[in-house]
Amino acid sequence: MHRRAETSSEPAALWADDIFDIMRRFAVRQVAYVPDAGHARLIERVHGEASMRPVALTTEEEGIALLAGAWLGGQRGVLLMQSSGVGNCINMLSLTQTCRFPFLTLVTMRGEWGEFNPWQVPMGSATPAVLELAGLKVLRASSADEVRDVVEAAAAQVYNACTPTAVLLSQRLIGAKVFTKADHDPQ
Amino acid sequence: MIRNDRLDRREVVRHLLKGRKNEVVVSGLGASTYDVAAAGDHARNFYLWGAMGGAVMIGLGLALAQPAVPVVVITGDGETLMGMGSLATVGLQRPANLSIVVLDNGSYGETGGQPSHTAATTDLTAVARGCGIADTCEILTLSELEAFAASLHSGTAGPRFAVVKIDGAEQERVLTHRDGHFLVARVRQALGFQPI
Repeated sequence: MHRRAETSSEPAALWADDIFDIMRRFAVRQVAYVPDAGHARLIERVHGEASMRPVALTTEEEGIALLAGAWLGGQRGVLLMQSSGVGNCINMLSLTQTCRFPFLTLVTMRGEWGEFNPWQVPMGSATPAVLELAGLKVLRASSADEVRDVVEAAAAQVYNACTPTAVLLSQRLIGAKVFTKADHDPQ
Repeated sequence: MIRNDRLDRREVVRHLLKGRKNEVVVSGLGASTYDVAAAGDHARNFYLWGAMGGAVMIGLGLALAQPAVPVVVITGDGETLMGMGSLATVGLQRPANLSIVVLDNGSYGETGGQPSHTAATTDLTAVARGCGIADTCEILTLSELEAFAASLHSGTAGPRFAVVKIDGAEQERVLTHRDGHFLVARVRQALGFQPI
């Protein structure tokens, strides 16, 4: 199991840059997010890109409504969040069904693959089923070398076929969060 | 306190939308949607029938995408309370073309008139100011409303946030389109966008 680096490690930088390139190619203009360590590199790239508007949210459900409004005004968007945020979104996800707009969310997973914090496990475990029950297609990338293909496929079906889609970025890909250097010591 | 001696909500919305130009209007679910419909259906109306707490954020996404188009969100106190964090998000983005109007009767009319937090302790204009929205006001009279309504057409110098204290009396529902696909396509077409 790899543990999450404290700074942007090379592999993390590479897959986040792959996502960024895809977002740019698909003319994504509004990028909504709740700050997240797994998405830190991508958020940083968005803040440095003049053609994209980063929109920091107070809660993830705001991002779904934001992107519905963006589409009314002719712009494409992406929502970046962590699996715990998926639970905050459930009712607002109804907009993707009732209003049918291109909705893409990239979800960094917690509560799996060597998780230290038990409080992350219930929502992390429920995340794929919750998204599917809400009517989204759910894709997953578990290693750095598959991120590009999976996100590219997701973006294509979202923006070309208006099929609301979530990409789960596995905790195995991101690395388990390290709380202290003694995380794994016996009590 | 819920009061019955205040502005009539239908009259308020009629005044706000009288002589509208190219504004897009987003209405919050429940009575605000009926009020906007009662003032006259329009291709630039986007009525919410659900997604409670989302009206301000839909307005924000649209305002950021179309900075030259004035965007007016008309919603209720209950809907605003549910999405109160979005006022902080608006305060951070500061779109000059976004106006938010809260029709505040201090109660949840759609569910039987139970009192809302604004009937007792919550001051939504103070919340908006605290979120960094500098232009806030509370409207109690028709002349104050008319002065405010004139500012909606310009789509500049926002974001602005107004709480209109309205009468607690329930009004007959005025039903309008509730097919979200249709409403999205209609607004997009009015703004010059093609279907995918």
